[in-house]
Amino acid sequence: MSSSHKPVKAFKPDRDVVEWDGPTVRYDLLKEVTVCFVVVLILVAALAAIFSSPDDAPVTVKSWSNAAPVDFVQTAITELDGTSPTAGYGPPYNSTAGASQNLGPVSPESIVGVHIPIDTATAFVINPLLTLPNAASVDAAISTFDSASASQQASWEAAYEKVAATAGFSDGRLQVKAGPYGPVGLMISQLLAMARSGALDGALLSSPQLYGTNYTKPLLFIADGGYMASLADADHLSGDQWGMMNETGSFPGQAWLWLYTMWYQVPPMNSSGSGDVEVWAIMMALTLLLALVPFIPGLRSIPRLSRVYRLVWRRHYRSLETQPNR
Amino acid sequence: MTTTTSPPDAGAGSAADDRPTWTGRFRVRAVGSLPPEKLLPDRQPAYVASWIYIFGALTLSAFGVVLLSGAVLAVEGPAWWHTSHAGLFVNSLHLWSTELFFFFMVVHLWGKFFMAAWRGRRRATWITGVLAFVLSIGTAFTGYLSQQNFDSEWISTQAKDGINSTGAGAFWNVLNFGQMLLWHVLLLPLVVGVFIAIHVLLVRRRGVVPPFAAAGATATGPTAGSYAGDGRVPATEAAHSSEEA
Repeated sequence: MSSSHKPVKAFKPDRDVVEWDGPTVRYDLLKEVTVCFVVVLILVAALAAIFSSPDDAPVTVKSWSNAAPVDFVQTAITELDGTSPTAGYGPPYNSTAGASQNLGPVSPESIVGVHIPIDTATAFVINPLLTLPNAASVDAAISTFDSASASQQASWEAAYEKVAATAGFSDGRLQVKAGPYGPVGLMISQLLAMARSGALDGALLSSPQLYGTNYTKPLLFIADGGYMASLADADHLSGDQWGMMNETGSFPGQAWLWLYTMWYQVPPMNSSGSGDVEVWAIMMALTLLLALVPFIPGLRSIPRLSRVYRLVWRRHYRSLETQPNR
Repeated sequence: MTTTTSPPDAGAGSAADDRPTWTGRFRVRAVGSLPPEKLLPDRQPAYVASWIYIFGALTLSAFGVVLLSGAVLAVEGPAWWHTSHAGLFVNSLHLWSTELFFFFMVVHLWGKFFMAAWRGRRRATWITGVLAFVLSIGTAFTGYLSQQNFDSEWISTQAKDGINSTGAGAFWNVLNFGQMLLWHVLLLPLVVGVFIAIHVLLVRRRGVVPPFAAAGATATGPTAGSYAGDGRVPATEAAHSSEEA
């Protein structure tokens, strides 16, 4: 004999409920929302009036090269010789071998590939110099550099990088020792002059349209130097200071990123060459776990087993104790 | 003697008029799922008696202030607040409402976690809440990138490494101010708003989750092993709800 009843599932207290048909109380939804909005508005206005909001001026190539010209020069030569962080970054900027981060055998950024191609020598040094008007000596230096063999270019660059390490700046002039660096010395000193005038900011931002909104190139160039990082470090913003969840000054910043930032502070992510993708993998897994808590046995039992709910519904449970027959 | 006649197309017209419309079906389904007394209730279960319940409404209120202050900033344009005292104040309203929005939302989230608020066909409510939380993080993040100051500059150059490592940086470039600003002022708030709206409607539809072992429940509640696993609740156990609808 067959039964028309379908299979039944056992009642699970962490998944199922017995819907309430007990007593109800008066409730005014619109009044609650309105009162909350007014209270929040007053609270926000008070916080804004008392604490305001941070607005430290950004570092520009101009401000960087004027405040730390030697750091600028030392960075510029690494952009030209291809040893800067951006030059060796890998995807999405270039295809530097071995630069990609890996999650086990998989490298998501390598799979996606180069989508924002940046050749730092061309984009950060040579092309901006070519925009200088009436600069025959600079044009000649670039022409000499471009027509030289790769080994000759590398020799000039290495020679300049060596003298740049001990460079100084005084009386408005860059002081570097003489050396066999060919046209590179003029190119870098002119790039510095261009940067200090503010012209390099505009040249790096050049866009096919009049209106430019993409700051990828100037930001990468500035970030390759040590100046912005030194300002960030002084303002407790470095990666080992819980980094980008903080804000300048004493503002709370993105406190909700504490868990994401925490993974960067602990091994093996804090010293791994693939730390970024490892942290992202952890956070994606944790986010998925949070979203799927209702489906995960054990995890979904935590609320019931912890009995924290007794605090939330303490009046309810107290009322049950006084009404034993219910 | 008078005679009455029907219009020649009356019969055909009636048949055509009787066919259900998309609009009619939607209305019937919407009103069935969310009758006015559920959508705008003036009674609630007696167990809803804790300060923790207010954090949902506080989160919504802070979201409202975030949207309003952001709208004023949008009216004047992204550079206004750097050069105007009034602009700086509105930006401060935007910042602090965002801080409170996250504070209220996190308290709300953990409150609901410890109530196991997903029980009884409320899983979609939990999931839409988590999605709204995660997307809000992205929205706030793009806001930090759109400030045009040292914070946005530093955060973008630091954050690019994480985004790039996933491969997403090839298409979602945190160093591209124009792209981040548009995501911040349009795309992400729109998606967050949609998820919050769905979340709130689900709360209204399903109601506030009852306490564990609610003794105020009907005597026809289930005993172990009495639940029909097809998503419908047997008539004799109508007070027992489980699984998603």
